[in-house]
Amino acid sequence: MAKILVPIKRVVDYETKVRIHADGNKISEDGVKWIVNPFDEIAVEEAIRLKEQKGDVEVVVASIGPDGTSEQLRTALAMGADRAIHVNTDAYIDSDAAHRILAEIYLRDSFQLVIMGKQAIDSDASQTGQLLAARLGLPQATFASKLVIDDSFATATVVREVDGGLETLRIKLPAVVTTDLRLNQPRYPSLPGIVKAKKKPLDVIELSGLGIDTAPKVRIVSMQPPAPRKAGVKVGSVAELLDKLSNEAKVI
Amino acid sequence: MSRVILAYIENNGVEVPKGSLSTIQAALLLKKAHNYSGLVGLLLGGDGTEEAAKKVAAFGLDEVLYVKNNLLKTYLATNYALAFKKVLETLAPTVVLALADTRGRDLMPRISQHLDAGQASDVIEFVDGGRFKRPMYAGNVLATVEITTARKVVTVRQSAFDVAKSGASECPIRELSIDISADSGMEFLSFDTVKSARPQLVEADRIVSGGVSLKSKENFEKYIVALADVLGAAVGASRAAVDAEYAPNDWQVGQTGKIVAPKLYIAVGISGAIQHIAGMKSSKTIVAINKDPEAPIFDVADYGLVADLYQAVPELISVLTASKS
Ligand SMILES: Cc1cc2nc3c(=O)[nH]c(=O)nc-3n(C[C@H](O)[C@H](O)[C@H](O)COP(=O)(O)OP(=O)(O)OC[C@H]3O[C@@H](n4cnc5c(N)ncnc54)[C@H](O)[C@@H]3O)c2cc1C
Ligand SMILES: Cc1cc2nc3c(=O)[nH]c(=O)nc-3n(C[C@H](O)[C@H](O)[C@H](O)COP(=O)(O)OP(=O)(O)OC[C@H]3O[C@@H](n4cnc5c(N)ncnc54)[C@H](O)[C@@H]3O)c2cc1C
Repeated sequence: MAKILVPIKRVVDYETKVRIHADGNKISEDGVKWIVNPFDEIAVEEAIRLKEQKGDVEVVVASIGPDGTSEQLRTALAMGADRAIHVNTDAYIDSDAAHRILAEIYLRDSFQLVIMGKQAIDSDASQTGQLLAARLGLPQATFASKLVIDDSFATATVVREVDGGLETLRIKLPAVVTTDLRLNQPRYPSLPGIVKAKKKPLDVIELSGLGIDTAPKVRIVSMQPPAPRKAGVKVGSVAELLDKLSNEAKVI
Repeated sequence: MSRVILAYIENNGVEVPKGSLSTIQAALLLKKAHNYSGLVGLLLGGDGTEEAAKKVAAFGLDEVLYVKNNLLKTYLATNYALAFKKVLETLAPTVVLALADTRGRDLMPRISQHLDAGQASDVIEFVDGGRFKRPMYAGNVLATVEITTARKVVTVRQSAFDVAKSGASECPIRELSIDISADSGMEFLSFDTVKSARPQLVEADRIVSGGVSLKSKENFEKYIVALADVLGAAVGASRAAVDAEYAPNDWQVGQTGKIVAPKLYIAVGISGAIQHIAGMKSSKTIVAINKDPEAPIFDVADYGLVADLYQAVPELISVLTASKS
């Protein structure tokens, strides 16, 4: 049986207008809605599709975060993942810490593939997948928009969205693949899926029990709102627009 | 202890892309403002790398190193990371700096992992030697982050830095010969280039972007690309337009696409979702054309035209074409 590991991150819903906490170095969590990082949803979908295509595949989702993180793992189970691992912590986890923990989870089992998001939409670091591949000495294919795996799970052919076009790579498995927006359109969990998810295994592991050094290497010192743009004007016609652009803004 | 910055400079065997000139500019700023003792450029590649290295000799770097190896002819993360690590055995920089383009984002975390260094991604400003400003939450937050490790890896946002200018006296150029083994588990198969005679999105002074409201690839050409052509502008797109395949992925502007800051950005039939705005709000002048007066794009536009794009864009094109001739 082939096993696929899908790390998913709990993030603030992208529809939410985030507010900076009074402490000045974090986001206020009052009343925010939490979701599975959209790129990770794409990763879950891709893993489930591989399972549907190939049959003998187990999809394991894993997340690091506080108590509530189990909700996002249940969402992934409801989509069709087989089991979940929740590394429970209230500590601040940066990409470096996240990849160390994920490496430990990877090494506890025998996975053929890791599929994860190209970036988390909160910190936008875009590091964890590559760090994980480097730590485990694995090939990587980041920003994937197409993924084809051979039946024996020995190699993957991956189309990557890179500057200037699309690159196609062949990589040996096990490997780390990170998802871009065009890889697939994730499904919504179905009602039977949600019911089934409640019975699927969800292991909670305390981070403190893993003995991993998770001291942040990148610390958030302060946060500020970006400088607002000054208010603009509405113009009444194409002629007026062109007049403003050439005589006022002097850009044409 | 000497504190050296190592700047990774891309090349395609002939040229150094403009983005890497922004990397050099960022590195020069960091060195000057925070008293680093040296700035070394590094190029990796196949044949032609030496020629590319010569092209950056007069940009104010203290030394340019290059590695020429057949296995580095096409970029592969594993091979490049391996070569990079070997370079780091002979040189112990305090900061490794690179561009936050798809290459830098793919490669640099592998270097951070090797160095056991913290990495700040997509930096737009240097606060001091260890503190950096970077946007988070789709640009809703500007964070100051501190890398707590002695060695640091930084990727910089191209649109936040000018391009370096040549004119300094030429610095020494040195080849490093490095052995890397062949089987890295990765193989390059092909590259499907977005062919375009137009300026590159992140380097352009003017950009015309279109949204999903263009309804087809043909319309996207007929309205957005045509308007860009009369203005000598690059073409951008919203995610929805790229998802619908009206425009190639390389044209997506936004939080998860290209971050741009041209002198003029014209958003046509784009609603202005925060993920889109995150990619273009540093533009000097923003124009929005949208038929919905309530569209959020108008909140960031210097000039807003409430109009049907199918009428306004042809009118713009015809006036601009007439005034050109
Ligand atoms: C408990 C907790 C508290 C935090 N507190 C703060 C805070 O106060 N302020 C603040 O700004 N940020 C906070 N963060 C977020 C933190 O700054 C980092 O953003 C984050 O954990 C590292 O991810 P990244 O955004 O760099 O990931 P990227 O490298 O952009 O993510 C790429 C991929 O890595 C995987 N991944 C990343 N993180 C996890 C995870 N935790 N679990 C599973 N998979 C993951 C996902 O597949 C993701 O798509 C906190 C995070 C956690 C877990
Ligand atoms: C994880 C994630 C990442 C994302 N990353 C990005 C990103 O990087 N870049 C990005 O752009 N988006 C991104 N998005 C998507 C973003 O949220 C929006 O869905 C997208 O930007 C909308 O594209 P649009 O403006 O073309 O379409 P819509 O929001 O549908 O807007 C169409 C607009 O066209 C106008 N219109 C329609 N017909 C006409 C007409 N005839 N004349 C004039 N105006 C007309 C309408 O009034 C409307 O305002 C991301 C979303 C997620 C969840």
